[in-house]
Amino acid sequence: MSDVYYKNIKKITNILLFLENVSEPAYNELVEIKLGNDSVITGQVLDASDRFTIIQSFGNTSGMNVDSTKVRLTGETAKFNVSDGMLGRVFNGLGEPIDGGPSVYGGERRDINGSPINPYAREEPSEFIQTGISAIDGMNSLVRGQKLPIFSASGMKHNQLAVQIAKQAKIIGDSGKFAIVFGGIGITSESANYFKEEFEKSGALDRTVVFLNLSSSPSMERVILPRVALTAAEYLAYDKGMHVLVVLIDMTNYCEALKEISAAREEVPSRRGYPGYMYTDLASIFERAGKIKGKEGSITMLPILTMPGDDITHPIPDLTGYITEGQVVLNRELDKKGVSPNIDVLTSLSRLMNQGIGANKTREDHRDLANQLFAAYAAGKDLRNLSEVVGEGALSENDKKFVDFSSRFEKDFVNQGYETERSITDTLAIGWTLLSGLDKREMKRLKEGEIKKYGKWEE
Amino acid sequence: MEGRVTRISGAVVEAVGIDSPNMNDIVRVGNAGLLGEIVRLQDDKSIIQVYEDTTGLRVNEKVSNTHTQLSVKLAPGLLGSIFDGIQRPLEKIMEQSGDFIAKGVDIAPLDMEKRWEFTPIAKAGDTVHEGQIIGEVAETSLIIHKVMVPVGVHGKLDSIEKGEFTINQNIAIISGDEEKIEVKMLQEWPVRKFRPVKEKLSPDIPLITGQRVLDTFFPVAKGGTAAIPGPFGAGKTVTQHSLAEWSDADIIVYVGCGERGNEMTEMLTTLPKLKDARTGKPLMDRTILIANTSNMPVAAREASIYTGAALAEYYRDMGYNVALMADSTSRWAEAMRELSGRLEEMPGEEGYPAYLSSKIAEFYERAGRVRTLNDSVGSLTLIGAVSPAGGDVSEPVSQSTIRVTRVFWALDASLANARHFPSINWLNSYSLYEDDLTSWYTENVSKEWPALKKELMVVLTREAEINEIVQLVGYDALPEADKLILDIAKIVREDFLQQNAFDEVDAFSSIKKQYYMLSAIKMLYSVEKQAVDNQVPMSTFSGIKSKELLAKMKFVPDDKLETFNSEFKTSIEEVKNSVVVNV
Repeated sequence: MSDVYYKNIKKITNILLFLENVSEPAYNELVEIKLGNDSVITGQVLDASDRFTIIQSFGNTSGMNVDSTKVRLTGETAKFNVSDGMLGRVFNGLGEPIDGGPSVYGGERRDINGSPINPYAREEPSEFIQTGISAIDGMNSLVRGQKLPIFSASGMKHNQLAVQIAKQAKIIGDSGKFAIVFGGIGITSESANYFKEEFEKSGALDRTVVFLNLSSSPSMERVILPRVALTAAEYLAYDKGMHVLVVLIDMTNYCEALKEISAAREEVPSRRGYPGYMYTDLASIFERAGKIKGKEGSITMLPILTMPGDDITHPIPDLTGYITEGQVVLNRELDKKGVSPNIDVLTSLSRLMNQGIGANKTREDHRDLANQLFAAYAAGKDLRNLSEVVGEGALSENDKKFVDFSSRFEKDFVNQGYETERSITDTLAIGWTLLSGLDKREMKRLKEGEIKKYGKWEE
Repeated sequence: MEGRVTRISGAVVEAVGIDSPNMNDIVRVGNAGLLGEIVRLQDDKSIIQVYEDTTGLRVNEKVSNTHTQLSVKLAPGLLGSIFDGIQRPLEKIMEQSGDFIAKGVDIAPLDMEKRWEFTPIAKAGDTVHEGQIIGEVAETSLIIHKVMVPVGVHGKLDSIEKGEFTINQNIAIISGDEEKIEVKMLQEWPVRKFRPVKEKLSPDIPLITGQRVLDTFFPVAKGGTAAIPGPFGAGKTVTQHSLAEWSDADIIVYVGCGERGNEMTEMLTTLPKLKDARTGKPLMDRTILIANTSNMPVAAREASIYTGAALAEYYRDMGYNVALMADSTSRWAEAMRELSGRLEEMPGEEGYPAYLSSKIAEFYERAGRVRTLNDSVGSLTLIGAVSPAGGDVSEPVSQSTIRVTRVFWALDASLANARHFPSINWLNSYSLYEDDLTSWYTENVSKEWPALKKELMVVLTREAEINEIVQLVGYDALPEADKLILDIAKIVREDFLQQNAFDEVDAFSSIKKQYYMLSAIKMLYSVEKQAVDNQVPMSTFSGIKSKELLAKMKFVPDDKLETFNSEFKTSIEEVKNSVVVNV
């Protein structure tokens, strides 16, 4: 906007600058912070006022001081330059290239905050995505335009699972253009390299846009990164007609950064020190997934978060679960048993499953079969716990069949490894085989016709 | 006189120099003309809550006062529409600004050009009073819109005209005490203000929902209040959708408050396709949707609940039974918390404002079965979903809600995980309307109803106790009488309580069917009990035909119920003859 530099800094904290008498600042306007040694750090207006303006620095504030540090308003809010040239490139959290390549020219600069999709313009997601993973496809199916997070915890192989989904995900009988937008938020360079190598191996790298903020990068960039990534995704989906899979990992680091800013502003915290507006803030990211009527492309979102202390009621997984259309939950106990992927199908959920499955999509028996598997596995697990208390002898013959079923379900259905790809037909077939170990009379969720057609009971 | 912005912090903006600012005045903020409401006056400053995203708004931009309050526009054309939290029509916004919602959009909520056929009921010369119905418009295939004398107006009807009018044309002239008042179909009402009624009546008619667990065990009255708390994934939204689709209210107002965009889209796609069970007309014709999804501005989310309530009260005043579903009131409370934080108010528990519980109580107080100003009887039922953090209902929003609502439908994550739907926990839920509604059930369903449902509830309660013993000694060690309870309880749970919202027949269970199902289970219970008393072991009953039939009963359509019931009775007779008698 101007070449005016403001020098009346009154206070600097580890992430915030408090300025007096700034002329006409705009809310969320980007600023340039110039240090005494002429190095420049980007920042953003958090509270615009004709008296005290609060600025959040995206870089480290060390080295800044109240005498020689100056601030310039850039006259615009955060924008990202979108174009085809993004594909195959690596950017930092602010959208600047960090792969040694040139800047991306051409294209269009778009506000990274986007605008909410008009609910009336949305198209109901209804195309089944085959991930090749039975625990997801069979029990908690993913559909195009859905936001389905993976709730992981420290020490679990969510990276492998994310790669497996990204590699195997396909729509049966569809050859539409697809792209991956990968956002690494505060991840280690090891994880970053792992993802890069895997995308390279599968030949997906030139259809991938990578945004990377490593554990060592400035933490404040993490608040911007998902928004930049989604601006790229929206361009590819709605301007270029691509089906975009957005992988965001690890959203826990995002929330930590949010907490840091809130604490620095001395806001009243809600649960466990996280800001009261975290729900709204997360929603402004997750709700950017979807499909729009009359547009070819779509955004399917796969955010990954680690549950602190394996606690699903922690504010981060809790608020996420209230926004997203289900969740895939990884389980410590299954992990210890060597089940991989260690997906707990019972606490997992896909809210859009019904729209994506059934006749002409997967198969007409899919819904009932999944319900029956859920019910039988839940009953089997309960009985297994019971038998640990009272001994197996106290179980009836019928109960023992359920216990046996629950073990085989984990072993044969869920445990498929990170390399195996199963078609939906294979997944359903395994389900029917497993059920045949139970009494046919217990099949209350299945219809007679389905049992006749697909059942594997001996007559 | 125009004011100017002095500070912007999220949805809260400070301004000075606004022309005679009053509390709750609606203002236009900034060059983009963002909609805002004055929520506090302090010295020369006005504190404004802005209903749109303030990103990019600059200090010193102008602020102008519209000198109106946040109001809803009331007229034919509301039904079948979808609005945002401040009654802007989402369909028209899309026509104007495309797939994404632009800022500063200013569109009339209702179609001002469309002409409606108005039929007067009152005639010139009549003395009319506020709220009196003076004419009718066929608004949709399901609903006759009653045009009422605006609140606060009374006098002699000078003229009233029949014919086609837009909602903004004069249809009648009333000579008031001092002046002549022109009456249009279009009226306005401030959203935060209760619409007046003559008196509140006691709620003694149930809202039939077609959901067995609700109608049978935890009924809500027409004009009652209900809370649905539960953790994510427990089925709050599916329950709310089922209620919107199947309950026998005349009008449904569904407020999607800070929830998922795709869910509102799902309603928009399914409702027009679903037919009303009684009339065969599309359900959308009785529905108003309000969608302020989680990523839409937080201040409009705060307003959305009031917008919904004001629209609902308007139709109630016409003498209709209206049900309002709010999903989720926790997001509404969070919006209040966020705004309160920005206003730097002293926080109460968990950062919520100290006035949280009074706001919640005030909202639910808008429910009721009432005698309206025109002496018709209408009702407004309020059903609010609550999303407690971590599913723990000890938090402030849940607590403030269950203190004022009279029905509590406790959603249970463990039931949902086992895919027991609707996952309403029968041990923790309650309905305080049971006594008020007993006489309706005995008169309209059966004299046996109260005893029947009580007996089966006892079975379910006993089951929980027995299961604790099973945990210690195992099933085999149980006395046969206890095994009997477990056997029947399992049938009640699986074949009665569980209901598939996605099955064509099972999605809605008429009261008649619920009664048949209850009595069928009772028949089996009696036979088995008799047998156990005669020392017959419970294992005899595994796999009998009656149980197979009970499992299928939920899928039997109403017109085949009689045939099915006699088949079931025969099967019970067989059991009696082969097992009970032979001992």
